Amino acid sequence: MPHADSTNAIVARGLTRRFGNVVAVDSLDLTVERAQVYGFLGPNGSGKSTTIRMLCGLLLPSAGKIEVLGYQIPQQAEALKRRIGYMTQKFSLYEDLTVIENLEFVAAVHELDRARAKARVSELIERYRLTGLRNQLAGTLSGGEKQRLALAGAVLHGPELLLLDEPTSAVDPQSRREFWDSLFALVAAGTTILVSTHFMDEAERCHRLAILDHGRLVADGSPRELMDALPGQVLLVESADLRRARERLEQFDGIDASAQIGAHLRVLVRERADARERVATYLREGGIEAKVENAAPNLEDVFVSVTRGKHDEHAEQAA
Amino acid sequence: MNLRRLIAIVVKELRQLRRDKLTFAMIVGIPTMQLLLFGYAINLDIRHLSAAVLDQAQTAHSREVIAQLGQTGVMDFTYRLDAPQQIDALLRAGKISAALVIPPDFERRVAVHDAPPLQIIVDGSDQVVQQAARQLAGLPLPQLLDPASATAVANVEIVNFYNPERRAPVNTVPGLIGVILTMTMVLFTAMAIVRERERGNLEFLIATPVSPTELTLGKVLPFIAIGLIQVTVVLALGVAIFHVPINGSLVDVYGAALVFIIASLSLGVFLSTLAKTQFQAMQLAFFTFLPQILLSGFMFPFAGMPWPAQWLAEIFPMTHFVRLIRGIMLRAATLAELWPELAALAAFCVVVLTIAIARTRKRLD
Repeated sequence: MPHADSTNAIVARGLTRRFGNVVAVDSLDLTVERAQVYGFLGPNGSGKSTTIRMLCGLLLPSAGKIEVLGYQIPQQAEALKRRIGYMTQKFSLYEDLTVIENLEFVAAVHELDRARAKARVSELIERYRLTGLRNQLAGTLSGGEKQRLALAGAVLHGPELLLLDEPTSAVDPQSRREFWDSLFALVAAGTTILVSTHFMDEAERCHRLAILDHGRLVADGSPRELMDALPGQVLLVESADLRRARERLEQFDGIDASAQIGAHLRVLVRERADARERVATYLREGGIEAKVENAAPNLEDVFVSVTRGKHDEHAEQAA
Repeated sequence: MNLRRLIAIVVKELRQLRRDKLTFAMIVGIPTMQLLLFGYAINLDIRHLSAAVLDQAQTAHSREVIAQLGQTGVMDFTYRLDAPQQIDALLRAGKISAALVIPPDFERRVAVHDAPPLQIIVDGSDQVVQQAARQLAGLPLPQLLDPASATAVANVEIVNFYNPERRAPVNTVPGLIGVILTMTMVLFTAMAIVRERERGNLEFLIATPVSPTELTLGKVLPFIAIGLIQVTVVLALGVAIFHVPINGSLVDVYGAALVFIIASLSLGVFLSTLAKTQFQAMQLAFFTFLPQILLSGFMFPFAGMPWPAQWLAEIFPMTHFVRLIRGIMLRAATLAELWPELAALAAFCVVVLTIAIARTRKRLD
């Protein structure tokens, strides 16, 4: 048994991965506490998958130190593999095997003896509502069913740490909600879960969150902390002519983002001080009749705020 | 190595194979098709070449020679010509493969022996036709003129030990087992392993405690059984349709096949470490397949090849298998007598499989 860190499941320092000249993951520092859902939020290509693959030893880091469940990775990756469950972005069980055949195979791979394997497979088939599908080929399952099967396969050997790479990207909202309920059931039983996503509503459900952009960690904390720490002010603008209002606001210096949400504009102002008054005045001066109100920030505002700044920086570096 | 895991991989592989109708059909379909194709189409005994005859002598002897040559069955004289120019036109149009020319002074040439009395013009663009003509040229003329004196004239008598009727299938079918196994075994394994990678299953597998050895062995073991089934199909059809003899022991035949199957599977596993997609795997398999067929001695005589080609051919498993299987099936040799070929195959397996497993890593980079 390696020296076990009782509070942290994952500790990574200066984690870096280069593919040729491209830096996919750039000196990432990461601490994931046990029995939590830790989220990776970021757009495609931000390094979420690469990081997860390095954490379970499937990819070698170009630089940095990783300790997962007390094991040094990549050196002790083989020992770690018995204690983690990994769910890939794309369905990676066998489409030409039935639900039960897939689970029996996974059980054997993890060296469960026949009696235990049988009991465990029945238990999971029931828990993840696969009973009616047990003899159906995995390839013919729906997105949500496949995902439940994949989760059953990933947790079959009772791993302490579950790494889920965009598990809900091909799943309808109802299935997504159920999936998250299953995740919290696992956490309640002591499992640590690292999950990557690009859905804000999912990110909001995590205990802690890391926002990745271009391979860099641009923010981390609990969703509440991240929202509270938002430096700017969120405003809701209501107007009879939203298009014109939006065009006018594009000219306003100090606005990070504006987006139309139904009948109003959601505007993110960089400086919090007098934000409402400044924007209202600016619109009035442009001859636009509008109602401007303060709003509580959500995670999307945080995400836009932290990634927007970086994009500008990148643009400047490029120029 | 964990036995439970190994069995699980084998079982999984068999289940997938059962549902893969195309591969399943190929397991029996390829041997059957190839056997019929090679057995019937590749017949090096030349019969009924379309030919012309230009008899400029028009004597009793000349007519007798034409009749005699016609009776050998090698040439069918479908055209009787009057002028040498006609030969050229017919050859070029592909209407005839050969032409027999009897010169006006045929009688004098036979009597004086100052020049060959007969001439056969052949279509040199076809190697097989040339060979047939050479055979005819070897027939002693007095035999043609006076069959009674034949035995006295023959200088060298060729005694054909193992294939007295010179039937081509007797020579091709044993080697054909090698062709079929090379083709299917290398291709099936390479593709089966690469498919796992291409479909993303490997990313799941390498995050589990599975070892590369278990994975490779588990994928390869079912194919050994499949290879032996194919051997049985070819042998059964070969005996039933082409009356190919199995002069040696059946156990030795299967023993040799088993070692060769393992060698081909090793090659397939090795190729799978080079290919990223199933399509690449298929291309690589064909890349190794062609030289094996051409240089193994199955199609062209080994002794006739230049030494670098021979040297290269000694590396190929099929070269050794062709020698083994012909030895056992036709010459009734035993595996013990043919041990150098077995040793060469075993060495191939060890070297290639070691490289392949060393190249299989449990990582994505």
